[in-house]
Amino acid sequence: MSRMSGIGQYVPGDSSVHRLDAAAKIGVVAAFTVALFVVRGFAGLAALGAVVAAAIAISRVPVRAVARGLRAVGFIMVVTIVFNMVRWQPTEALVRLGPLAIDGAGLRMGLFFAARILLLVTGTSLLTLTTSPVQLAGGIERVLAPLKRVRVPVGDLAMTLTIALRFIPTTAEEAEQIMTAQQARGASFDAGGPIARARAYAPVLVPLFFQLFRRADALATAMEARCYRGSEGRTRLVESRMGTADWVAMLVSGGVVIAVGVLL
Amino acid sequence: MALILDDIVCEYATGTALAAVALDAVSLTLSRGDLVVVLGPTGSGKTTLLRAAAGLLSVSRGRVEIDGLPASGRGSARGAVGLLFQRPESQFFSLSVAEDCAFGPRNLGRTPDEALEDARDALSAVGLDPVTFGPREPWSLSGGEARRAAFAGVLAMHPRYLLLDEPTAGLDAEGRRSVCEAIESARAGAGVLVVTHDAEMFLDSADRVLVLRAGRPVFDGDVPALLEALPRLSEAGDVDPPEVPRALMLARERGLLAPGTLTLDIDRAAALIAEGLSSGGARS
Amino acid sequence: MIRFESVSFRYRADAPLALDDVCVTLEAGEVVAVVGANGSGKSTLARLCDGLLEPTSGRVLVDGIDTAAPESLWDVRSMVGMVFQDPDDQIVGTVVEEDCAFGPENIGVPSAEIRVRVDSSLAAVGLQGLERREPHLLSEGQKQRLAVAGALAMRPRYLVFDEPTAMLDPAGRRAVLEITERLARAEGHGVLVVSHDITGIARADRVIGLDSGRVVFDGGPDGLLGDAGMMALLGLALSPAARLAAALRERGLDVPLSAADAESLVASLWR
Repeated sequence: MSRMSGIGQYVPGDSSVHRLDAAAKIGVVAAFTVALFVVRGFAGLAALGAVVAAAIAISRVPVRAVARGLRAVGFIMVVTIVFNMVRWQPTEALVRLGPLAIDGAGLRMGLFFAARILLLVTGTSLLTLTTSPVQLAGGIERVLAPLKRVRVPVGDLAMTLTIALRFIPTTAEEAEQIMTAQQARGASFDAGGPIARARAYAPVLVPLFFQLFRRADALATAMEARCYRGSEGRTRLVESRMGTADWVAMLVSGGVVIAVGVLL
Repeated sequence: MALILDDIVCEYATGTALAAVALDAVSLTLSRGDLVVVLGPTGSGKTTLLRAAAGLLSVSRGRVEIDGLPASGRGSARGAVGLLFQRPESQFFSLSVAEDCAFGPRNLGRTPDEALEDARDALSAVGLDPVTFGPREPWSLSGGEARRAAFAGVLAMHPRYLLLDEPTAGLDAEGRRSVCEAIESARAGAGVLVVTHDAEMFLDSADRVLVLRAGRPVFDGDVPALLEALPRLSEAGDVDPPEVPRALMLARERGLLAPGTLTLDIDRAAALIAEGLSSGGARS
Repeated sequence: MIRFESVSFRYRADAPLALDDVCVTLEAGEVVAVVGANGSGKSTLARLCDGLLEPTSGRVLVDGIDTAAPESLWDVRSMVGMVFQDPDDQIVGTVVEEDCAFGPENIGVPSAEIRVRVDSSLAAVGLQGLERREPHLLSEGQKQRLAVAGALAMRPRYLVFDEPTAMLDPAGRRAVLEITERLARAEGHGVLVVSHDITGIARADRVIGLDSGRVVFDGGPDGLLGDAGMMALLGLALSPAARLAAALRERGLDVPLSAADAESLVASLWR
């Protein structure tokens, strides 16, 4: 099971971060992302980091769940730091390694970029950690609503997204089971070169895709039987609308991060 | 020579807050020619038991041994165990049934011709004529045929032990019967461990029955002993009794039969009920 | 009433008839079992009930409305609820209550009313308390009951089940069977069940037997269970309890043919 709990997977809860409207959260995260890219120095990053830390604390999402997302980008962060700090012609050499040197300015730049990646991932994963996939799809639908005027089928896209999210755990289980079954028949997935390895996955991918297409077909029939005919005229069990609290929360927190970004 | 599980414990997510014991102190011996049936409600650890027996799962205590060799790791008895998962027909990937069945033997290092030969023999063994069924697309088979073809894919590897997860689930009466016949004939050359809800189909020929509840064995014995324990196991929700003993248990609740007389045999059950009715006369 | 008037159907112009001149009815408040071997046309018949398929010739009328009329198609679909074999193929929502709400949402039911329907439908199938559970954490039996609740939330008059218990364990099978019977007997829904399950067949009000797309049996379950030739033609085998009942009849005991499960068998002997 642990293999399936992926990065940024929803952790149900009842904190004020959880209860904030999904569209508002998307707004805040967008503002946060902008702030991250206009911020100039470590002070700004530290301030934004404090904002994220506060949000995590309020959301009561386990730090472990947040950290899981960071493991995946850890490598990228390390590469960023190493590539920035190691130079041929250092401006302020800290340590010399033959023709190469670790450069002080480069190190600072690497750390700055790495911290930016760290905060970007933490901020966005906090969105998915505190928002159920369906709320998220609904939020995206409302954020993109203006595009309906130019005939973009926003509602259908949101439905597609919801269904994809619904079937991720089911498909992961199926994939795991097919893989184990083929292993039990002597298949090995880690022997040989890249081509041999890619070929070894055919006994997993062929049945998995076959199953997915079959399921897609059956699901379409079931949805039709349940009167699905596009997003036109659909109502919702929970009509989400941005309340005053959501607007206030979005504008205040959005304003704060932008201010931090511009000022520091 | 046997597949032996000796006092094994399996945990999920060991060392984390989510750690849970999936199997606790389970022991089992499967010899060639044996049919061992594992019963228990959904989530009782039946599938974990199969995976542990196949060496696909490491045990945190105890040992799994196949003919004297460890089930996993270096020097393990590779190919000795055949494992059939639930709904195995969802694992077909070749364009013909015969090719799909030859996949296992190929992985064991058999030449393509030898592997196809193994596949054809295995198809015959499960009652599918290799000439008719070998060239067909696996996806064109009926439920029972597909299940048996998948079973042939395992048999083609000549395993000494067969581990089967819900082999009759989702099949109609005809499909269930055909799968059971295939299993019965495979028993000649292998020990068979069946994990199932379908007590009805397998108890008649089982040598031994293990009942799990939340990963712990709550019954371990032969079929007569199981019938003895059936009221207790049924009450606790561990075993869904087969229809015939179930009818006898219900009749017993009405106070008509002496205790200790549960049976799977239809004629004997009919005699017991008729006798009870005529002597008891409680019928209104 | 759902009425099939000389319905024939083929999937492609060059394919053989999947259904051949079928005339059957389903009344409100009755449970009708549809039986037949693989490929006999059972699932085709089920899919014709709510306009998922249109007859090649003949008509299907749901309370007098033709399922082939495009303008009333969605009315028909909300009047006839469908439940399919594999629960995973019909669950759309990422949590239980969202899935249950899917049908009413599609036909534009106001939010407050959807909430009422979702709560009562989930209660009707015994899933109250699991509203926020994710579908992949449910047992197969619970998933199938969720599919039933999803159909009920449309407030249909008829329910069509296509092998609803084939993938369930015995406990799940019994629960779904009890729910289908209660929906017909207590709530007055017309229930059509495509099934191999002898227990369900024996407890139906009427059985329709199909062979190669033709109706070869239409009558009470007793008539079918007592007819070995017809049972074989329809690919059915007696359950062990039904065989026990037969053995008791041979001993001169008065056990009805419909006593095909342990409960009804014992109940018929100790009334």
